[in-house]
This record gives sequence, structure tokens and C-alpha cells, in this order.
Amino acid sequence: MTTDVKRQDLMSTPTLAPHQDAPTGHKPAEGRVGAGLFDPKQLVKSLPDAFRKLDPRVMVKSPVMFVVWIGSVLTTVFSFTDPGDWFGWTISAWLWLTVVFANLAEAVAEGRGKAQADTLRKAKTHTVARRLVGDREEHVPGTELRIDDLVVCEAGDVIPGDGDVVEGVASVDESAITGESAPVIRESGGDRSAVTGGTKVLSDRIVVKITTKPGETFIDRMINLVEGAARQKTPNEIALNILLASLTIVFLLACATLPPLADYAGTHLTMVVLVALLVCLIPTTIGALLSAIGIAGMDRLVQRNVLAMSGRAVEAAGDVSTLLLDKTGTITLGNRQAAEFVPVRGTTEAQVADAAQLSSLADETPEGRSIVVLAKEKYGLRERHQGELVGAEWIAFTAQTRMSGVDVGGRRIRKGAAGSVTAWVRENGGTVADDADAIADRIAEAGGTPLLVAVEDARGARVLGVIHLKDVVKDGMRERFEELRRMGIKTVMITGDNPLTARAIAEEAGVDDFLAEAIPEDKMALIKREQAGGKLVAMTGDGTNDAPALAQADVGVAMNTGTSAAKEAGNMVDLDSNPTKLIEVVEIGKQLLITRGALTTFSIANDVAKYFAIIPALFAAVYPGLDKLNIMGLSSPDYAILSAVIFNALIIIALVPLSLKGVQYRPGSADRLLRRNLTVYGLGGLVAPFIGIKIIDLLVSLIPGIG
Amino acid sequence: MGPVLAGVLQLLALTAALALAYKPLGTYMAKVYSSDKHLRVEKWIYKGIGADPDTGMRWPAYLRGILAFSVVGVLFLYALQRLQGVLPGSLGFAAVDPDQAFNTAVSFVTNTNWQSYSGEQAMGHVVQTAGLAVQNFVSAAVGIAVAVALVRGFALPHSQLRSSGGTPIRTGELGNFWADLVRGVVRVLVPLAAVAAVVLVACGAIQNFSGIHEVGQFMGGTQQWNGGAVASQEAIKELGTNGGGYFNANSSHPFENPTSFTNLFEIFLILLIPFSITRTFGLMVGSVKQGYAILATMATIWLGFVALMMWTEFAHHGPAFQAAGGAYEGKEVRFGVGASSIFAVSTTLTSTGAVDSFHSSFTGLGGGITLLGMMLGEIAPGGVGSGLYGMLIMAIIAVFIAGLMVGRTPEYLGKKIGSREIKLAACYILITPTLVLVFTAFTMALPTPANSMTNSGAHGFSEILYACTSGANNNGSAFAGLNADTQWFNTTIGLAMLLGRFLPMVFVLALAGSLAEQKPVPATAGTLRTDKPLYTGLLVGTIIIITGLTYFPALALGPLAEGLA
Repeated sequence: MTTDVKRQDLMSTPTLAPHQDAPTGHKPAEGRVGAGLFDPKQLVKSLPDAFRKLDPRVMVKSPVMFVVWIGSVLTTVFSFTDPGDWFGWTISAWLWLTVVFANLAEAVAEGRGKAQADTLRKAKTHTVARRLVGDREEHVPGTELRIDDLVVCEAGDVIPGDGDVVEGVASVDESAITGESAPVIRESGGDRSAVTGGTKVLSDRIVVKITTKPGETFIDRMINLVEGAARQKTPNEIALNILLASLTIVFLLACATLPPLADYAGTHLTMVVLVALLVCLIPTTIGALLSAIGIAGMDRLVQRNVLAMSGRAVEAAGDVSTLLLDKTGTITLGNRQAAEFVPVRGTTEAQVADAAQLSSLADETPEGRSIVVLAKEKYGLRERHQGELVGAEWIAFTAQTRMSGVDVGGRRIRKGAAGSVTAWVRENGGTVADDADAIADRIAEAGGTPLLVAVEDARGARVLGVIHLKDVVKDGMRERFEELRRMGIKTVMITGDNPLTARAIAEEAGVDDFLAEAIPEDKMALIKREQAGGKLVAMTGDGTNDAPALAQADVGVAMNTGTSAAKEAGNMVDLDSNPTKLIEVVEIGKQLLITRGALTTFSIANDVAKYFAIIPALFAAVYPGLDKLNIMGLSSPDYAILSAVIFNALIIIALVPLSLKGVQYRPGSADRLLRRNLTVYGLGGLVAPFIGIKIIDLLVSLIPGIG
Repeated sequence: MGPVLAGVLQLLALTAALALAYKPLGTYMAKVYSSDKHLRVEKWIYKGIGADPDTGMRWPAYLRGILAFSVVGVLFLYALQRLQGVLPGSLGFAAVDPDQAFNTAVSFVTNTNWQSYSGEQAMGHVVQTAGLAVQNFVSAAVGIAVAVALVRGFALPHSQLRSSGGTPIRTGELGNFWADLVRGVVRVLVPLAAVAAVVLVACGAIQNFSGIHEVGQFMGGTQQWNGGAVASQEAIKELGTNGGGYFNANSSHPFENPTSFTNLFEIFLILLIPFSITRTFGLMVGSVKQGYAILATMATIWLGFVALMMWTEFAHHGPAFQAAGGAYEGKEVRFGVGASSIFAVSTTLTSTGAVDSFHSSFTGLGGGITLLGMMLGEIAPGGVGSGLYGMLIMAIIAVFIAGLMVGRTPEYLGKKIGSREIKLAACYILITPTLVLVFTAFTMALPTPANSMTNSGAHGFSEILYACTSGANNNGSAFAGLNADTQWFNTTIGLAMLLGRFLPMVFVLALAGSLAEQKPVPATAGTLRTDKPLYTGLLVGTIIIITGLTYFPALALGPLAEGLA
């Protein structure tokens, strides 16, 4: 057991981002999601793009805004027929602005990705590949590589394409993709064999077998994703678009059927007025921001170094009701640590601590170091250096002996796995105290790992005591799981430990369930079982044997350090390879959906006030009673309509930051979320336009020379 | 006792009676539509029409059943009216004109009961009892069947639901239309209507097959009075939210609605099934609380409308109103302003369309309330069956808009509301506004149809708007004043009724089919609770804003212009 841990640790240490193990639970909840950035300068920078998007072929993709676009064209044309009418021109201008604002929202959202794409492109400079043909090397452009080609990369070379290392070990600088400067180890075989095109070999020589076609490499996909070029509408976005389109049709009908009614009443409605009414009623706010919300949601993931291969996955993340979390690295720190020294009868704790520390000085594994540290902290035993003890013979920890120790001054001290130490004691003619076994069993039952400490001296070989190695649950995980439970998400811990150990850790960490002695098939079966009950499952994985489960899961986050098979199977890749991030992914998914819902509600609730502005303006002249509906006391019919149109345009710009940052999200039950958001965006949406339109009317009526 | 207090007390009595009937009737209907036994009389009927009540139907088959049955119904009723001249028991009335016969046939088959004829001057005993009364039963049963099919779509497959036939339902199947239809008539409508008819007879409504009586009047001159099977037709007219009166004066006629008690009783009949079916829904989807949430939504809107209506009718200013104690014009003195207001709201918030007072004579705003009630889609509580499915569609829309705000993709009753579901729901909510607004606009734009108006100005427009709204929403009540027996109105309102009834059914059943095929999603703490007051409030808001606002410009030019003047 200890061997494996050591090996894994050596391999993974270089990839650990400095912030990876930083406990996240104690940060203020609202800081976690929703810290998107918005810089007003981006608005100006994106203006040219916003105008470019006025092309009807682009506009037609957003049905609501396309209607506004047509309306703008119509009012402009009609203004030409009556060029002296300031009202027609002003309305036309504001309608065009409405469209431009909508485009601007999208352009800003896309612009943020573009900057990121540019950095990535730099990494993708045209590389020359050293392709192996038989034993010969030939130099070809990276773009000509085909799947199954073998290429050689040596220190200083940029890896020309995605592939697997088939020969050698090298340290690789992946900062171009992950932004993390610490080099990672890549070696043939096993779970660390995947390399990404555009990354740089720092040392040694590897042979890479290419696994993707040029243009479809990971870095290409990344560029497409962050630029939004590969963005396809997600299922919920499509459904929402359908609803918005149908509301648009309803209001289109309401406006189109109005002229004969108005004619009967004795007033004639001009095209400009009808279009203004229509634009105010159709859900332009959400129609304008919908696409930006989607892009920004993906972008929030990218900012956290997670790449979603499809928007569908981000939405699914919001719906997840079961999280499968690997114990090691996600719930617990990667390594076990010494927690206590338990003496057998006839020895003292201090004696055990002393022996344990001495015997662990030659053990460089994290467990070994933790024993030294515990002895120092708990028993004040100063850490001795190997050179201090004259004539000591150090026995380093090896995978074969599974023991470490020291021979000094006639004492031979050993510490290690129970089986090895017992055998050593017996070999040296000693006996193992019966209570040593009992203590070891008790520790194992509690979820820990027992290590025996033994000594051979004048009194013969004997066991002194037991070291209790324990999994250490990361800080704040309990609170995190508590939060998830309130959100209705069940957490399942996956571990290779035996059920006893697993139960103990599960209880300590506060997860809802655990899967012990898990093999990949078990994981797969668990996912299928949950899915059969209608639940959506999210998991992380990195090994090739995780690939089927990653593919089966609704949200499969592959670690960037993982194999290409795993990365292919998952629908997200975490560049930081930090499995705890799965929780954030879920929160980002939820936040995306909440933002969409909040702005839809807001947009529709806005209609009430606009009616109260426009209807009296249109008809109070023929039916004076209708002026009672002018509860905002707007100064004149023209101003009323204009103010509503201006409000309608400005609210889009006002909500751009919110749509990019996302609605503030605090984990909680559906009830609390709904109550809060309904109050803010539902009631707010009812009230805000009354105030906004009134203010605009006051300002507009101050402008001299019109009306 | 003042008239306001009387109105309030009547409202309380009515509410109490409905509350008492809610559980037993709702539970009984749930049993009816899930039982696996056939009554002997039902077996005879199945044998007679050659239907196998035990076959499960997917939604297209279910729909085909409805359409085939309704086409036959229209043709039969049309033929019966056209042949009236040669039929016995016709009181000497001639055949009905083709356009009016078409309009009337469609009207009764679609559960609308718009009447462009005057009952006592056009329809004999045979057409009334063998034609119109029969459709009063079966068109109501069709409505309930569609609602039950949609409920099964939600409920399947997680509860151990059985179709009416008793066979366990396979994925995607919605039950058997013939079984649902026959059971609705035999086990629900006929027994209830029989009891109701007896009560009405006991209270003075007439029930005979006598001919036309010439009666002398106080002030001299004579008047013709018809006999007829009035009480029995009156019972199903209200119970099945049909509304087609035996007489032109409908429920204000003393033979149909003799006393203040029968008036309240008739309102009770109108609301009985539409409210109680929410419990049937709750039981069938496995949560009575979900049923209560829908009930609460319906009741909130209904009570709100009643309160508004009483307020406008009692508080109207002017010397005549003050002397009378309210807006008495067009209302029967034996019912009073309060009860007439409750009746008017109940008949327009359901698809009934029976009237005990002249809606045209209500105050401007009061007339607007009756219009708005229909415009909301008649879902609070709505027509028998149609009210529930209309409300469930709005529930889906509300869940879709606001459900996102809990951070999950929308789901209702464990079923995901995806593109397909929202597309069908969106089509549903598009139909009636399209019909109402397009027909209204054409009527106003063309030179001749507007000649049918009795009044000018905003009130005249309200007459037209009301007629189109009433037809497309399958209400059937008239604002009075409008001469609707013209080819234009007979044809357009006939079309509006047909399309307004059957197109929504197509989308409801397609939706039911789509839902029935879905695996249910288990509810967690993260799921939007649709059985809480918060959701009820949300649903009310969605209904008012989405449906109500569509008609705001039209309402402004009619009742609002008049009422705010």
C-alpha cells in the first residue's frame, strides 16, 4: 500500500498546482461562483463586432432580435417617407440601438474568449515534427502528421500533436494550456502517457504516437471552444428560444390586429407606433442576452481552467443529483498521515514515538515524514538528521522490504507494514505481543492504516507499538457536502479501501454514501443504477479504466493529467486536474440556468409597465378615460412611447454585466432560491420599468426643441 | 340584509358546498378512470359501437378516436337540424338554415354552446333532447377524457396506473378513449345530472313534452310559452359546462332557473367537476398536494374575479344605481347583483357560457371581467376537463420560465420540460389568441359584419370582441346586443369554435404522449416544489401576465375605455 502511494506521489507532485489543495470550503460562499470580471472598456472594444452582427444572416439566429431588426428597418423606411417627423427618426434610432446593444452583449461575451484563444494560438505555432519512418527521422510540418505516426521529441522541442508517449520519460511544460508553470512528468504506459500538442519537452527524449488529426487536436478544440465558434445552442437554450419565439408571435398578433380596432375607435396608428409597441412587448431583454449568458457560462468554466466539450454538459451539471467523488485527492489529502502512537503493554507512548521517528528518518515517503513530524509536534522529539548519529546504518524504505529503519548503537529499529515487521521480529527470534495485533485491528476498523514499530536490542526482538496512519479529510469538505445536500445532491465516495476504512472516512467527511473496494465495473454499475432511477451523475476520472464510466456519466470531468482515452470519454477536462472542482462545475451549471431564468422572468415582468406607458398614449385621445391608466404621469404620448422604447434598449446594456457575471448564486434549497430570485427578478421586473420609464420621461421632456 | 351581505353569504355557502363535494367527487372520478371493471351497460355500449375498451392507445390513436367521434357528432347534429321539418315532435318548427345548422352543430360538439338561434323559436323536442342534450353529455365527457389522458402522461410510468380498461399501461400509452368517454358519461355525468335534474324539478324548473301555449299577459296581448325537457337539460348544461339554454333567455328564464336557490345550485353545478377534478389529478399523479396547488391557483383567480366583479357591480356610481343598490340593469331581481356577479364570473371562467343576466348590461369594467375570464383560457377552474388541461399547460409554462431560477432545467411532476414539450405547450397557448384577435380584426376591418352591433363606440366593439372570444375559447355566452345570426358570424364563429376546441386537444395529447414516454426524474431538495403556495403565486402571475397581457390593447379599446370613462 505504502509503495503505491509513494509512486503515485512522485509522479503527481510536479503537476500539483499550488492552489490545488487549498481548502475552498471556508471562503465566503458567494466568492466561489459569480466572480466573473466585467470591464466597461470591453463594450467599446466590441462595438465593431456588434455592428458586423447586424447582417440579417446572423440576426436570423435569434428570432426575437430579428423581429426588432425588421422593425428597425420598417420604421427607418417609414421615417424616410415623412422626413420632418422627429418622432419617427428618434424611435428608429433607438430601435437600431436596441439591436446593436443585443449584438454588443454577445460580442463582449465572445471577446473575452478571443483573448484566451490568442494565447493558445501562440502555442500552436507551426511546429516541425521529427517523424520516425523505420529507424530514420524525417522533418515534416506538424500539420502533415496523421494518426499513428511516431514522432520524436527531445528537450526543447514543442510536441507537434496530441498523442501518447510510447517510449521514454520526459518532463513537459504544459503551461501553454494549463497556465501552470511547474513541469509535469510524462512517461510511456500507465495513466501519465498522454501529451498535448503545443506543449514543450523540457528534458529527456520521448517517442510519441499521434492520436488526433491536425485541426482536431485538443488545442484546436480549446480555441474553438473559448472563441465560441464551436458553440451550439444547448437543449434548454433551444427550448427557451422556442418559448420566446412563441411569445413574440403572440405579441406580434396583438399588434398586427390592432389597426382595424384603432380605426374603429377613431384613431390611426402609424407603423412607427405599432413597431414601437411590438418591440416593447416582445421579450427583447432575454432575447438579447440569451446568447451572451450561454457564452459567459462556458467562459466561467474556462476561467476555472475547465473545458466543457459541449454546452449540454454545462446544463447537465446544473441537473446533477449524484456526485461520485474519488476519495484520494478529492475528499482526503493525497496522503495518509500519522495520527497517534499506540504502545503495546510494557512500553510507553514516548518510547514508541522515539523509535518511530528514528526508524522513519530514512523514509522519504509522505507517510514517513508525517511520522517524524508527529513525533516532533506531539512529543517534542527534535527531528534528528541522519548525519547526527555516528555509526548509524540507515535502512531506506523500499517497495520490496516495505520497512525502513536504522541500526545504531546496538539497537536495530524497524517500522513498516504489519506483515513485514512481524516477519522481521520472528526472524530475529522475537515474539509479537498479542495486543499488537488487537491494536492494529482496532486501527484498521477505524479506517486507519496500522504500521508496526519494532526493536531488537539486548532484550531481544519485540514490537514496541503501532503507528496509526490516517486519511486526512480536507478542510471544509464537511460543510461543502452539507451544502450539496441542501441543494439536493447526493455525494458518493469512491475508494479502493475496504468497507470498514471507507465507512469511517465517509462518516468523517460527511458524504452520503460510499463505494468501497471499488473497481471500474462497480463504478459503472453504480452510475447506471443511479441513471435508471432518473438521476444525473457527475464524476471525475483520469485513468484509461475510468473511460467507460466517464462516458456513461452525464457529466464526466477528465483530469488533464489523465490518459487520452479518459479525456476523450469525458465531456469536460480539468486543466488543473483538481477533482474537487467537480463541485464548482455543478455550481456553475446551476448559475447558468438561474441567470437564464432570472432574466427571462425579468423580461416578461417588464411588459406590465410598458403597457401602462403605451396604451394610454395611443388611445387616451379618443377614449379620455384611458388616461387613468397613465399612472406614471408621463408627459405626452410621444414621450411615453419614446421613454418605453429607450428603457427597453438601455435595460439590455444595464444587464450585460449581470448576464456575463451570472446571477449571484448561493447554494441552498430550491425553495429558498426560488423565493429569492422571484422577489429580485420577478417583483423587481414588475417595478423597475415603472421607475425607469418615469425617469427617462422626465429627462426626455427636458430636452428642448422636440415635441 | 343588504344586497352586498347577501352576495357575500351566497358566495360563502357556494364555497362551502364545493369544498364538501371536493374530496368525494375527486376521489370517485380517480377511481372511475383507473378501475379495471366494466359495468354491464358499458359492455353493451362497447359491443354496440364495436370498440375494445381494453386496448391501450398511444396519443395518435387516442386523438383519432376523439376526432372520429366528434366528426360523427357534428354530421349527426347537422342532419338532425336540417331534417327538423320532417321529424315528429318538432313543434312545427322548420328546418334550420345551413349556416346556422353548421354553427349550432359545431357549437354543441365543441362544448361551446354558442347559440345564434332562439331556442323556443327554432328547436323542437327531438333536436333539443336527441341532439343537443346528447352532445351536452358526450362533449363534456370528451373534455374530461383528454384531461385524464394528459394526467396519465404525467403519472406514467411511476405509479401503478391502470387505464380505464384495466390493463396495465405500456410506455407511451394514454389509456383507451372509448372507455374514458363511456365511463365519463355513464359513471360521472349521467348520475350527477339525474340528481341535479330532480333537484331542479323540485324547485320549480319544468320537465315535460307539452306543446306551445298561448298565454295572456297582464297588460293585454298574448305570449307563447313552450314546454320541454328543460330541467334535465339544464342539469347537464351546467354540470358539463355546456351553457346552451333551452330558451333564448338561458338561465335567466324562470323555467330554467326559477329561484335564487336554483341559481346558486346551478353555479355549484358549473364549478363542481372543474374544481373536483384537481383532486382526481392529484390522486392519479400520486400527490394530492399537487392537486391542491392547482386547485389553489384556480380558486385564487376565481375568488379574485368574483371580488372584482362584485366591487364593480355594487360600487357603480350614478343615481339609478344608487337607488337600486347596484348595477341592476340586465340582472334578475330574484337573483340580485351579488349572485348574478358570481354566476357571470363562474360561467366565463369556465367554458360554460350559460347566463343568468345580460353581460352586456354589466358595468364597463364588469363586462371586461367576463371577457378577461374567457381570455385567460377558461382555466380557473375552466371547462370540465379542458380547464384542467389548460391549467396544466400554463403550469408547464410557469415551470419553464421560473423553474430555471432554482438552477435546474425545468421539470414538472418529475417530467423534464424540454424542447418538444415546450414546443407543444407554446403551440397550445398560441391558438386561442390567434383565433380571437384575427377574427376580431377581420370583423372590424370588413365593412358589413360590424352592422350586427347594436351599440356604437367602445361598447359596440366589446360585442364583437366578446363574440370572437367566446367562440374561440368555447365559452358560448354572448354579450347580447350582437345579431350573430349572419352568415359571417355563423361561419367564422363556427370555425373559431372548431379550431379552438380540437387544435389544442391535438397538442395536449401529443404532449401527453411525449410525457408518457419519459422516465420520471426523482425529486430532491434541489427540485422546484410545485405543491407550495409560492408556486401557486407564480402560476397566477404567469397566467395573468402571459395570457392576460396579450389582450390588453383590445381590452383597452372595449371595456376599459368604457369602464374608465
